Amino acid sequence: MNEVKTGKIAGITGNMIAVEVDGEIMQNEVGYAITADNERLKSEVIRVQGDRAFMQVFESTKGLKVGDRVEFTGEMLSVQLGPGMLTRVYDGLQNPLNAIAEKHGFFLVRGVMEDPLDYESEWEFTPLVKKGDKVTGGIAVGWVPEGIFEHFIFVPFHLRKEYTVKSIVDKGLYKVKDVIAVIEDERGREIDLKMYFSWPVKIPITAYREKLVPSDPLVTKVRIIDTFFPIAKGGTYCIPGPFGAGKTVLQHITSRHAEADVVIIAACGERAGEVVEILREYPELSDPRTGRSLMERTVIICNTSSMPVAAREASVYTATTIGEYYRQMGLNVLLLADSTSRWAQAMREVSGRLEEIPGEEAYPAFFESRIAQFYERAGLVRLYNGKLGSLTIGGTVSPAGGNFEEPVTQATLKVVGAFHGLSRERANARRFPSIHPLESWSKYKSFIGQKKIDYARDILFKGNEVHQMMLVVGEEGTSLDDFVIYLKSEFLDAVYLQQNAFDEVDAASSPERQKYVFDVVYDILKREYVFKDKNEARDFFYKLRQSFIDWNYIKMDTDRFKQQEESIKKLVEEYTKHEKGI
Amino acid sequence: MKRVYNKILSITGNVISVKATDVAYEELAEITTQRGKSLAQVIKIDGDIVYLQVFAGSQGISTSDEVRFLGHPMLVTFSDNMLGRIFDGSGMPRDKGPMLTELLIPVAGPPVNPAKRIIPRRMIRTNIPMIDVFNSLVVSQKLPIFSVSGEPYNQLLARIALQAEVDMIILGGIGLKYDEYMYFKNTLEEGGALSRSIFFIHTASDPIVEGLMVPDLCLAVAEKFALKGKDVLVLLTDMTNFADALKEIAITMEHVPSNRGYPGDLYSQLAARYEKAVDFEGAGSVTILAVTTMPGDDVTHPIPDNTGYITEGQFYLRNGRIEPFGSLSRLKQNVNAATREDHRAIMDGMIQLYAQYLETEEKRAMGFRMTDWDRKLLKYGKMFESKMMALSVNIPLEEALDLGWKILAECFRPEDTGLRTELIKKFWPDKGAEQR
Ligand SMILES: Nc1ncnc2c1ncn2[C@@H]1O[C@H](COP(=O)(O)OP(=O)(O)O)[C@@H](O)[C@H]1O
Ligand SMILES: [Mg+2]
Repeated sequence: MNEVKTGKIAGITGNMIAVEVDGEIMQNEVGYAITADNERLKSEVIRVQGDRAFMQVFESTKGLKVGDRVEFTGEMLSVQLGPGMLTRVYDGLQNPLNAIAEKHGFFLVRGVMEDPLDYESEWEFTPLVKKGDKVTGGIAVGWVPEGIFEHFIFVPFHLRKEYTVKSIVDKGLYKVKDVIAVIEDERGREIDLKMYFSWPVKIPITAYREKLVPSDPLVTKVRIIDTFFPIAKGGTYCIPGPFGAGKTVLQHITSRHAEADVVIIAACGERAGEVVEILREYPELSDPRTGRSLMERTVIICNTSSMPVAAREASVYTATTIGEYYRQMGLNVLLLADSTSRWAQAMREVSGRLEEIPGEEAYPAFFESRIAQFYERAGLVRLYNGKLGSLTIGGTVSPAGGNFEEPVTQATLKVVGAFHGLSRERANARRFPSIHPLESWSKYKSFIGQKKIDYARDILFKGNEVHQMMLVVGEEGTSLDDFVIYLKSEFLDAVYLQQNAFDEVDAASSPERQKYVFDVVYDILKREYVFKDKNEARDFFYKLRQSFIDWNYIKMDTDRFKQQEESIKKLVEEYTKHEKGI
Repeated sequence: MKRVYNKILSITGNVISVKATDVAYEELAEITTQRGKSLAQVIKIDGDIVYLQVFAGSQGISTSDEVRFLGHPMLVTFSDNMLGRIFDGSGMPRDKGPMLTELLIPVAGPPVNPAKRIIPRRMIRTNIPMIDVFNSLVVSQKLPIFSVSGEPYNQLLARIALQAEVDMIILGGIGLKYDEYMYFKNTLEEGGALSRSIFFIHTASDPIVEGLMVPDLCLAVAEKFALKGKDVLVLLTDMTNFADALKEIAITMEHVPSNRGYPGDLYSQLAARYEKAVDFEGAGSVTILAVTTMPGDDVTHPIPDNTGYITEGQFYLRNGRIEPFGSLSRLKQNVNAATREDHRAIMDGMIQLYAQYLETEEKRAMGFRMTDWDRKLLKYGKMFESKMMALSVNIPLEEALDLGWKILAECFRPEDTGLRTELIKKFWPDKGAEQR
């Protein structure tokens, strides 16, 4: 047994300690600061200077003293990867919050840790390799059923050489810590494989053959996203918006309805109450694709605003690593982070304590590259077995003062594939989801034809122009033709861009439905109409809007759906201009 | 071990440093100066140099004054004897009552485990229609009142405190004007609520730093009472003073400011306090209402901005009224389905019509022609403002809903309102129908 490397605290400010160490120090190495009451406070080296390590402490530093002992682990900050992570609620360091609650009650007592995986339960392991097979990191040696998925048990990703399987267990029940295979490297050294292994969270998992360009849409069932500003499997997107604009509600809707296999929710530095809604409701909700509880496809990483700031910084990496791991199973994983600004602020707080030279708004100089590296971990990949897997990342941004010119929004916009900018005006007018239809953009392709989308967007642009003009010259100063363009854009907004998140049917619109309904909308926008005057035009579009919204609330494939469609078409026909006159 | 030091190395702003060993982070010390005693808290340790923020401020501190380390962090007494008592920003009696030394508890304890939280579903009735009808307050909610000086925010707080159905009130004054402090005291006394209240008062004339502990003291005591089953309402006024005190310390410590001089951890500091709001399953609750005056009436100022990102909505108090736009209770949907079947419809319907009224009012001001519909809206808007929005209105939720129908019926035909037909059948007043 080699001795534990230790150090002594030399200084304390906030959650930062300076530690004098004998011997080698590794960047991102984990250590434990030991308090007088023998609490062990997990910490991470984030800067090394001579024999001094600067460490961020993942707990309150209250009561620590100069001279207190720090024990080092020799390991980087890591998570344990293995079966049983789905359905669980972890803090930013992968401590299961339910287990902590059971043992310690209402509060997150300092220095308390619990096993991230359940070491006692048994999994039915089916081997996929046999003695003599050649394997390497990222090759599955077997699988266990986890909920609705085949959870593959891999040769740990850091084992990059070629190995020979010396032995493998038979199909049967095993615990995660049981040795299920032994492999041997070319020099005859044996390595025991268990059903789990550790992986340092700040290092991307790259045990795949190649990274591909994302192309298939990831369906969210939110019309304005899927039709106008789509996201792609393996792509990235961001949702900036001022407080109250609807970022969190939009992510919650997405986490419920998106056509992803696994959803990882990273509640990063925002309200605890919002996570509680997920915790309490998802187990009761069923996933329409599988009929099983939504929780069975969900992992929650919860490091809310009053939990330690350093662990908030780590939580985003923890979530990403778990996402990358499930991607290795050939699954489509969606990671939703709310809010990346809190993560960036955590970096800022830590860097401020290190007295680093700050950049804009005191963010550290490296924060832009950190944001880029984070979104880079998304991607569509071809695995060693030829199958595809994807990790899609969507992050909310909480810009100071709601101003998108600030550093975090700007750094994010440089690297993401789609921008869903939420607008305060739309939220105040209760036009939800409040994604701004003129300012948002996406580089990914929709399942609806581009020409039709361009036509509809053009109506929105022109309608906005007319609206701006009307504010100056009033309705009386606006021509009937212009007024109709304005009414068309308002109609499109009301019946298609807006969507009622609290209505069972309207909340989730399938691609089939979107294609079908968008064609009807497109047809209405295309037509020319005859109106006596503006009042008649307004009455027509208001009536049409009402019927259309009612239509949105009716299930597709029902008689009522057909009937409502007929009545809409009849109404439209009534006012349509026909070349030959009536 | 040596706990008393007589050599102060530096005095900058309200921060002093001494050479000392075996000092714990956030430990308290007592400084004896010719002005008397003051508490100070360790905010940085660098080798054997210890930096302390002095709650009473550094005025008159001399380098040879005595610094005595107390061996514990900030503590506050906790017992039923606190009820009806008034304390200062260090937790010392401010009234003539005796010192309380029973059961000392640490302040700023660990956060609640999110897995132990429950979805809040109990409404707090205030008899203020702009709250009860349009933005219901919910047990365990944390909600700021965004306002500017001169507005009656403290009157609003006092009134909610008196009318809210809670077991206890804890008032935290931070930089509170003396007459406002007296106003709270007298109002709660007259309302018979003083005996279920505890005050922690830091006034505008007290040293700024002393206000920093007030939220922590209030919330630590509130949390303990909540664990004993009490529903506690915590009122904080004014959190802008709290944030400004944080800024002052940060500048003294030469922390790099992030935004308009405020420290980068302002969000985390505020969140650590506001997130103490909680509904404990099987016990009581902590609800927080906090005045936040907006410097320059600017909601994008770092203090209201960071606050809005943390709290569960906000009330805008402007021109003596709670504004329907911008004001938001993020928890209202948890409670307003279970009150009366017309609650949500009245809430949405009246606000949408009021929004239309504002547009019409703008058109009118610009001299555009008014249609019949415009004239209906103008009448409605005026009635809504005087009968619903005015803070003087003091009626239970059900009466307010009835009043809503009455106003609608006096101004509109049922079909103008966009309200669902079944509700109109049930609630539309007959009198209104006759008038047509
Ligand atoms: N899609 C939506 N449909 C209806 N109401 C919404 C929707 N999105 C947001 N809201 C309303 O806006 C409030 C704030 O939304 P939230 O997502 O919490 O904002 P943010 O995260 O941007 O601060 C919610 O409490 C809700 O009342
Ligand atoms: Mg949010």
